[in-house]
Amino acid sequence: MSAATLAGLTGAVLAGLGLYGLIIQPDPLRRILAFNVLGSGVFLLFGIIARRGAAAGALADPVPQALVITGIVVAFAATALAVALLVRLFGETSRVGSLAELSGQTRGDGADDL
Amino acid sequence: MIYDGIAAPVTNSGGSFLLILAVIIPLAGVLLAFVWGGRQVERIALSAMPLGLAIVLAIALVRPADASLQYLIGGWMPPLGVALRADGLSIVMMVITAVVISAIAVFARADFSMPADSMETRAPFAFWILLLAIWAALNTIFLGGDLFTLYVALELLTFAAVPLVCLDGRVETLHAALRYLLFALLGSALYLAGTTLIYGGYGTLDITLLAQRVHAEPVLFVAAALMTTGLLAKTALFPLHLWLPPAHSGAPAAASAVLSALVVKGSFFIVVRLWFDVMPRVPGPAAMQVLAALGVGAILFGSIVALRQKRLKLLIAYSTLAQIGYLFLMFPLAFPPGSTQLANGSALAAGMLQAMSHASAKAAMFLTAGMIYAELGHDRIAGLASIARTLPMSVLTFGLAGLALIGVPASGAYCAKNLLLGVASDTAQWWWALALQAGGMLTASYVVLVIVHALAPPPRPSVPRTRVSHYQEAAALVLALCSLLLGLILWGSYLPLSDDTVSNPLTVSALLGTLWSILGGAVLAILLGRWDSRLTRLPFAIFAPIRPARRAGLLVSRITEELDARLRQWPVAGVCLLAFLIVFGLALNVMR
Amino acid sequence: MIVQTLDISLAALVLTLAGWTVLAHGTFPAVVSYVAYGLLLSLIWVRLFAVDVALTEAAIGGGVTGVLLIGAASKLRNAALLATERELTPPLRWAIAALCVFTTLALARVVLSLPDPSPTLAPEAVQDIAATGLGNPVTAVLIAYRAFDTMLEKCVLVLAVVGVWSLASDQYWGGTPSALRAVTGYGTLTFFAQLLPPFGILIGIRIFWVGADEPGGAFQGGAILAAMWMIIIMARLADAPAIGGRWMRIALAAGPIVFLGVGILGFIATWGFLAYPAGFAKPLIIFVEIFMTLSIAATLPMLVAGPPIRAPRP
Repeated sequence: MSAATLAGLTGAVLAGLGLYGLIIQPDPLRRILAFNVLGSGVFLLFGIIARRGAAAGALADPVPQALVITGIVVAFAATALAVALLVRLFGETSRVGSLAELSGQTRGDGADDL
Repeated sequence: MIYDGIAAPVTNSGGSFLLILAVIIPLAGVLLAFVWGGRQVERIALSAMPLGLAIVLAIALVRPADASLQYLIGGWMPPLGVALRADGLSIVMMVITAVVISAIAVFARADFSMPADSMETRAPFAFWILLLAIWAALNTIFLGGDLFTLYVALELLTFAAVPLVCLDGRVETLHAALRYLLFALLGSALYLAGTTLIYGGYGTLDITLLAQRVHAEPVLFVAAALMTTGLLAKTALFPLHLWLPPAHSGAPAAASAVLSALVVKGSFFIVVRLWFDVMPRVPGPAAMQVLAALGVGAILFGSIVALRQKRLKLLIAYSTLAQIGYLFLMFPLAFPPGSTQLANGSALAAGMLQAMSHASAKAAMFLTAGMIYAELGHDRIAGLASIARTLPMSVLTFGLAGLALIGVPASGAYCAKNLLLGVASDTAQWWWALALQAGGMLTASYVVLVIVHALAPPPRPSVPRTRVSHYQEAAALVLALCSLLLGLILWGSYLPLSDDTVSNPLTVSALLGTLWSILGGAVLAILLGRWDSRLTRLPFAIFAPIRPARRAGLLVSRITEELDARLRQWPVAGVCLLAFLIVFGLALNVMR
Repeated sequence: MIVQTLDISLAALVLTLAGWTVLAHGTFPAVVSYVAYGLLLSLIWVRLFAVDVALTEAAIGGGVTGVLLIGAASKLRNAALLATERELTPPLRWAIAALCVFTTLALARVVLSLPDPSPTLAPEAVQDIAATGLGNPVTAVLIAYRAFDTMLEKCVLVLAVVGVWSLASDQYWGGTPSALRAVTGYGTLTFFAQLLPPFGILIGIRIFWVGADEPGGAFQGGAILAAMWMIIIMARLADAPAIGGRWMRIALAAGPIVFLGVGILGFIATWGFLAYPAGFAKPLIIFVEIFMTLSIAATLPMLVAGPPIRAPRP
């Protein structure tokens, strides 16, 4: 098993871990963390494909590397937006009251549970 | 003309440059508006609309028949470079996008203009820039010829859509926006994972090249399952729809319109590209039946829960859920008789027609709901009674949009339904024909519910407070008429329609069919719907004699609503996502 | 290649830290282990000979994201208000875990069955690189071959900024994201905020500059410059700039605007959108990269700072 294959398996496990965390965690910040773990796992999968594609003097295929760089920046932007939403939500909630109370009030309106 | 595969593209000639312009104009608008700021934001956005519309129409005219326009960005050939391609599907989606966004922009001028005395305010600044960004992202999705370009465009679309949901800053909308963002990010991560595997297997992400290189093997099945699951999470197909009702109902009216009408079509379009262009040979009919089964689930759940809603915007949001289900009925019907390869035939044309007609009709419905909210101060269905007198145009628009969705002759939905019924009988899949007819009735049910509430006499004389400008009413009406008359346009050179399938829409039997749907819908609405208590006590209503039946019907709809509430909990939706991923992957792998 | 002890121990450490991030009981331990995870992950990228990616992962994936999440964790310390959903019952947990394990196994199986050596675009990339005048194939892919994706991604960053700003209250629009807080004495943070930026700026510019021929580039250099600015803001040596400022907006949008402008220039001059004419390729690319670095350096701190929370000065 080469280093690349080991990294690929690591990536698969990371993706599974991230997926698990994203689904079971009730706290949105933990979900954001899990999403980042999932994303980095997927990027590792790209990485092993890059490494296995070494040819023509390049030690790794440059196209997947560029895609991963783009992906890292996009994932960061997503995290920033999610965190800003979360912080704002927290600010509003502590002003208005807990979300559980709020969802109790609005449930009769045909609105869903939050 | 029914054709297989992708026609030979025309490289960098005869108007291909228009393709890149279609993406540049909205993008440049976003950046210019961002830097310039202030009151110019609205002006930049509004000047980009006619320009963009003109370019899209020019592309439609310039495209040679039966071929695609192609533009190689930077002159680099795929697989190394990225290409933009416009085939018939791209063009029709771009046209409807341009029309709907322009109409929404006209409507939104009243809600999102900066007051004359201020330098710059938050909501208008954000709204116009986000609207332009959605347009840029959608055009890139419709034109993109590379799977990773589609990924970046999809992210652009999500980042532009999410802040629109919480533009008014209320706690509920912030929560809905966060939920939308997280679930959409889950979808993107799965899509990217699939893209990774495809690159690992075939060394390219260009759609045309992939179509030649892919063959059925486990790598492709897993990749396809991952990508489809991710895209379905972003399209909110049942049961992955947890984020849609609160998000689309909580946003401001113009934002809801663009979210429901266009944003969900972006990820849907990529699903179509994936299955019809990249891997038409791959799926067994079993996997496609799974997709359509979920579609039927969406139609049932969405329509029944829509009947239970107290608020108009939530009803319309659930209607979007149901209509999204409709879109997926075309997949199992796209196999020609005796073939296991998805063909660009009538089913595909029907799906696109349905997408177009839903886009304009749903936008019209949400804009109408916005006007009703502005007039009444609320959007409770039970309180709609006075609206027919104060906003007759809006009620008419809502009714026309509803008719367009039900499928009155000459509307896009009617043509789509006819095409699909024809294919269903050709391939002997009668159960989808049943689903189509039921869908029509269910759509009629909630339209009837709203219209009857709107036409009911008010409990006390109302004071009209007309805050709704004529421009807004006109914009909504234009959209409803678009959807209603979509079937009259000759789509033959853009959609894979054979000449004999476009039948005369105004025959008596066609009109009777629509009447039948509406009557059936009315019955369903009476049995299952939540009616204002005044109406149930009125003497001319037929509620009293059928009370037992109504009790049973209400039980059914209450159970469905409860089930829907369970499904929209995050962990349950996560389980459904994983379950679908595994089931779909297995269906691809095993049953062929 | 023979698997070495280093690879195995790296993989084990990374998996442990990821498991801790996902499964730990407190939010703060989870965030801290995520930062460590990001840094170790970049070592795995170095082992895969993807040094550009390693730099980006360390700077943006581990570093800036870590700052963002630590800040969020401290702001959300009383976040019990937000957890409206109950902790899951064990049966449901086990069911979800089983489904995730199945997915992981399917992914792993597919990873093992991928062709080795995999179909690659490295020969084409290296072959065409002479036309661009660059030496680093990754930069060539980012700015030349797939320039459209990179330009779109820059626009995504601008969109993210607009989205974050739109979360402000109406009365704070145009103001600054920094709270008005007095500096409490001269601490470690202030010391580092005064010591590091000169070096950091030089290093950042250097990494950007060599990116044309060696691992590095606009994203990595820009991230380091962004980090320097962030440390200055965090130490209260300067306030985050007001979001309504014209120069602020120009700095944020300069990257995509210049990129788009170069593309339109090519469009008008009939070379093609985002095509680089022979001979002029490298100067044009460096020109675009300068503004990309500037934009990244401005965007990342503004994204971390969040929406404005103080009304603008009249």
